[in-house]
Formats: sequence, C-alpha cells, structure tokens
Amino acid sequence: MHLVQQILFILCAGVSVYFFSKKVGEIRRNIKLGKDENLTDNPSARWRNMILMALGQQKMFKKPIPALLHLAVYAGFVIINVEILEIFLDGILGQHRLFAPMLGSLYAYLIGFFEVLAALVLIACVIFLIRRNVLKVKRLNQRELDGWPRNDANLILVTEVVLMSLFLIMNTADQVLQSRGAEHYTLTEPFWITSNFTGMFAGLSDGALVAIERGGWWLHIIGVFLFLNYLPYSKHLHIVLAFPNAYYTRLRPQGEMANMKEIQNEVLYMMQPELAPTADGSQPAQQRFGARDVMDLSWKNLLDAYSCTECGRCTSACPANTTGKKLSPRKIMMDTRDRLEEVGKNISVNKTFVDDGKSLVHDYISVEELRACTTCQACVEACPVGIEPLSIINQLRRYLVMEESNSPQEWNLMFGNVENNMAPWKFSPDERDKWAEEMVNS
Amino acid sequence: MMIKSMAEYAANGETPEVLFWVGCAGSFDQRAQKITKAFAQILDKVGVQFAILGKEEMCTGDPARRSGNEFLFQMMAYNNIQTMNAYGVKKIVTACPHCFNVLKNEYPALGGDYEVIHHTTFLQQLINDGRIRLKEGGEFKGKRITYHDSCYLGRGNNIYEAPREVLQALDVELVEMKRCRTNGLCCGAGGAQMFKEEEAGSTRVNFERSEEALETGANIIAANCPFCTTMLTDGVKNKEKEDSVMVLDIAEMVAKSLA
Ligand code: SF4
Ligand code: SF4
Repeated sequence: MHLVQQILFILCAGVSVYFFSKKVGEIRRNIKLGKDENLTDNPSARWRNMILMALGQQKMFKKPIPALLHLAVYAGFVIINVEILEIFLDGILGQHRLFAPMLGSLYAYLIGFFEVLAALVLIACVIFLIRRNVLKVKRLNQRELDGWPRNDANLILVTEVVLMSLFLIMNTADQVLQSRGAEHYTLTEPFWITSNFTGMFAGLSDGALVAIERGGWWLHIIGVFLFLNYLPYSKHLHIVLAFPNAYYTRLRPQGEMANMKEIQNEVLYMMQPELAPTADGSQPAQQRFGARDVMDLSWKNLLDAYSCTECGRCTSACPANTTGKKLSPRKIMMDTRDRLEEVGKNISVNKTFVDDGKSLVHDYISVEELRACTTCQACVEACPVGIEPLSIINQLRRYLVMEESNSPQEWNLMFGNVENNMAPWKFSPDERDKWAEEMVNS
Repeated sequence: MMIKSMAEYAANGETPEVLFWVGCAGSFDQRAQKITKAFAQILDKVGVQFAILGKEEMCTGDPARRSGNEFLFQMMAYNNIQTMNAYGVKKIVTACPHCFNVLKNEYPALGGDYEVIHHTTFLQQLINDGRIRLKEGGEFKGKRITYHDSCYLGRGNNIYEAPREVLQALDVELVEMKRCRTNGLCCGAGGAQMFKEEEAGSTRVNFERSEEALETGANIIAANCPFCTTMLTDGVKNKEKEDSVMVLDIAEMVAKSLA
C-alpha cells in the first residue's frame, strides 16, 4: 500500500478521534451539571442489571420480533467491530489483511462469520426501515419524532445498510483479486457469502477491481469514522450509554418516590422547633424545591436523557398517551436532552451558564403534559435501558406546585381537605370510623 | 361485631396482631366502605386480632406527594408516624395499594418502620394457613372473572400472584386482559388524577381499561384497590353494562365465600 494512503488514514483517524473525544467530554460535563445522587450501593445487583438489561437485552424481548432483529444488528455491530480492528491496523501499518497469515485457515471462518452477521444486519436494517416508513408502526411515527428524530433514525439505518454493503463488496472484489494472484492480496480460503458472488466481478480488470476493493475499504472506514462522530448527536448514543445506564438504574421498588430531605427537615423543625439548627448565617442559600430546569435534576436523570433510544416503548405503554393526552414519556426524555444540549452549548460559549430566560418546564415541557401523568410507572417498566421518565415528571411537578403554586383548582381543594380534614375529601374527621360503628349493629 | 381501636387496646395494656390501616377511601367513600367492612368481617370471622387507628388515622399524604406537594405529604407522614410509633405498631395490613406503597416504601426514610402487607397478600396467607376456610362450590365457582392489576401493587411493588392465588382458591375461571401483570393498564386514578378532571384526550383512561376488561367477556372484574374499583365501575356504567358486569374487590369476594 502506498505511503500516501497510510498518512491519509492516520490523519483521518486522528481527526475523528479528536472530535469524538471533545464531544464525549462535553456530554460528561453536561451530565455532571445534574445534582448528586449516590447510586453505587449493591454492586452485584447493578452488574446483574447491566448484564441482563444492556448485554442480554432482557426487556426488549417483551416484543420478540423487533427484539430478534435488534439483536442481529447489535451482535453484528459489536462483533464486526473486531474486523474494524484489523482494518484499523491495516490502515496504520499499511498492510492488507494483517490477521490472515496469523490465523491461517481460521481466518476465513472468522470473516465468513462476519459476513453472515453483516448480511443479517443488512436484512434487519431493511426491515426496520420498512417498519418505520412503510408499515408506519405507531410508536415509531408519533408527533414528537417529526423532523430531526425521524431523520436521525432513518439516516442511521441507511448508513448501516451502506456500511454492510461496502464490507461485502470489498470482500467480493478482494477474492477475485486473490484468485488472480494480484500483488498484496493474500490468498485466503473462500469467504462464506461473498465467495458465491465473485462471478459478478469476473469481467472486470485488475485495476478496476483494486479500485472497487480500495474504494470499498476507504468508504467503509470513513463511514465508521463519521458514524463515531455522529453517535454523540444521535439517539444511537444508547449503544454506549445503555451499559452505564442499566448499571445505575433504580434498585428500589418502582412505586417508591424519592424523599425530599430538605422538606422533611423543615417539617420536623416546624413540629419540633427545639431540633432546628440555630441560624448562624452560614446556611446554604435557599434552594429551589423540585426541578425547573435540567440542572435541578439528578445526574442520573440526565444520563437517562442521553441514553434514550427514542424507541417509544414507554409512550406506547403510557395510559395518558394512549388515550390521546399530550403527555409522552419519550418526549419528556427527548426534551430533557434537547434542553441539556442547549444549556451545554451556552456553557461552551460563555464559560459558565448565562441565563437564557428559558427552562425545561414551560419552554420544553408544558404544564398540561405534566398534569396528565397517573404515576403508573408503565413507562419505567417498559424502558429497555432502565430509564425513568416518571422521576423527571415528579420533580417538575414538585416545582410547579411548591414554587409556582401552579396547580388546578381541584388539587388546591384536595390539598385544603388533606390539611384540614386529614382526608382528600371534605368529610369530617370525626366520621372516619363511622363504618366501624355501623358494624357494631350488624 | 366490635372493632377496637389502637387506643382501646393500649388502654387495656394489649397489643393487637395487626393494625388495619383503613385509608381515606376505605373510611369515607361509600363504595369503598363496603370493601372495608368485608375485610373487617373476614378478620373478625377467622379471629385475627386487629385494631384500627380510628379518628387518629390521617391521609398518608399520597395524593399530596404525587401531585407535587411534598410539604403536605411530609406533614401527614410526620403525624401518622408519631401516632403509630407511640403505639409501637409493628405490623400493618391495608386494603389500599396507595397506602400500602407509601407505608411500606416511603415511611421508613421518615422514621416509620413497619411490616406492611396488602390485604390481598394477607388473605392469601390466611387461606394458605387454613385460617380462612372457604365454602365448597361458593358463589364464584366457575364464574368468568378478570383481574385488574393496580399500578401500585403490581409494577410498584411486584405483587402479581397473591391476588390471583386468592381468586384460584375461589375456583373462578380467571381470564386475563390483553394488558396484564407488568403490562397492566392503569385505571386512571393514580398520581392524584382521582381528584381532578382528566386533560383533553380522545377518551378517558378508565373507559379504555373498562372496555378491555369487558372484552374478556367476564361477569366480574376483580380489583384490589378502592380507586380502581370506582374508576372501573364508572367505565362499566359508561358502556351500560352495570347490570351484567360487577366490579368487586377481592376481599368482598372472599367475604361472600366464607364457609
Ligand atoms: S407514569 Fe406517567 S408518563 Fe409514565 S406511563 Fe404512567 S402516566 Fe405515562
Ligand atoms: S425512555 Fe426508554 S422506552 Fe422510552 S423511548 Fe427512551 S429508551 Fe425507549
């Protein structure tokens, strides 16, 4: 291989890795804008979740057909990356099929196996494209996906199809060249799939074949570099973040809502003033109750937002959404990510966050959406990567009620009843055990 | 029958086997009162020594917390925990999954540590221990019945089998809805929705759920929650099926089947 190609390759690799790490650093910084939350307890249960949920895709199998297709793409993606390692080393060292002599006859099996995976990925992606664009599966065609999210999904599927095709074309041309004993093209055993298609290229000259093979190789690796840099901007970031996200997912019962220690203490001091710390001016500035913007959420909520695959399993299980309300738990996650990205850009430009007059509530997520949640946890249960849209909804609701006193009149009445009658309805507390008195006579 | 309060037990220097946490719906709502009475009747019949808090019981704070009013929740929780800790309460049974969830999962962080059991689990244990004896060929034998998983018993606390086992003990023909267990559809009441109008949409959540229940062709929809019971009853009425289809709490079904 020519030195020019080698230098070009190293340059491409360097640039792509540089931009990728820069963006990764920004995402890390953005996630750390969230509030502290300690989620390191019980590591064995956490590893278990990661292995079952992220690696084993346990929750995906609630819907077996998409689960199998997704498994093919996922396994293909992970395993074919081993081949990328060879391509990468070839590129740097100016070699061709570096591993072939080392692995001997095993090499053809390995590549054959990759080819089978590549074909499976190709087929699965085509089916996914059909499901999205022809069959128009409901959860893949809802309002919140209009525009960029829909293009994002299609773009990545098309890219996968192209990458896999290039890989297969490259191998086909390679084998024709091998059979002709062309220079550089190490003779290997026939590859399982592409060896059947060598006839397609039989009429071409060596030069044309080398061009196809090299072209395929270059486009493939450039595709990979572009993909790498596209990833952090896309819902496909989940292929990386699903793992940490599953690790840090909640272990407590889903029904449990997080306690607010600040308010617990305020109530305690109100009831037992003798316990209250004496004011010494060193108390922290008044904090906000509940969450108004992304910085008020916990870092796990923010990691959730970056891990969301926009698959809509949560939304299709949401009772509010399926009965036509505006609330969509997927949109909650997408909005959180969009706002966080906006805040991140603001910080990149201004060094620190400069108030832009916007917030996650109101500007991204409306009161109407938040109000419609029944806290049924169907979204949490449905999410294949352990995301909790409900946690964000609850925190935003706390902000609305406690900071903005923004609640429907019926809720205000309910609050009044709970406070004065110790029940959400307007009954006299004296009648609480009336049913028991009635039973005396029965 | 006499239902004693914690105060009465304490006055005699006694402690009951279990505290029956009635909850606001169970105490005040006319439909839910029937469930409360049915459950109390079962406890009395099988000789479980139980007490209620009576007038000392207050809302757990669940609707306040779920709607976002943490202050109010903390106040209610503080008072209830004070009361229960003063009586040295160890074990609680409740017929409301919302109370169950709050008492079991959310009070411990605030200093209220109790063994909390939902009434369907309690009934299942009493049946298994042979304390509840059921009629041979009772009223529900062979009846087509569907069971609605409440969110806070099911997904919230992973209790799916105990209520079904009670129904099996009643010899019913259990038919599942399309969405059941972890996929169960909400009745629409949770998250303090019970206390306000629904947002604009194409239908109501309880209508959708009731339709699904009716599709099974069941004559009885079995529930484990006073709020679900209300919501589903409304949904059945909306379809004008209230003459042929009943919504019953599992406790009511057991009470009617006692030997
Ligand atoms: S918890 Fe709220 S957002 Fe999640 S599925 Fe239930 S109603 Fe929808
Ligand atoms: S939150 Fe989970 S279930 Fe919902 S769209 Fe994102 S990945 Fe899918």
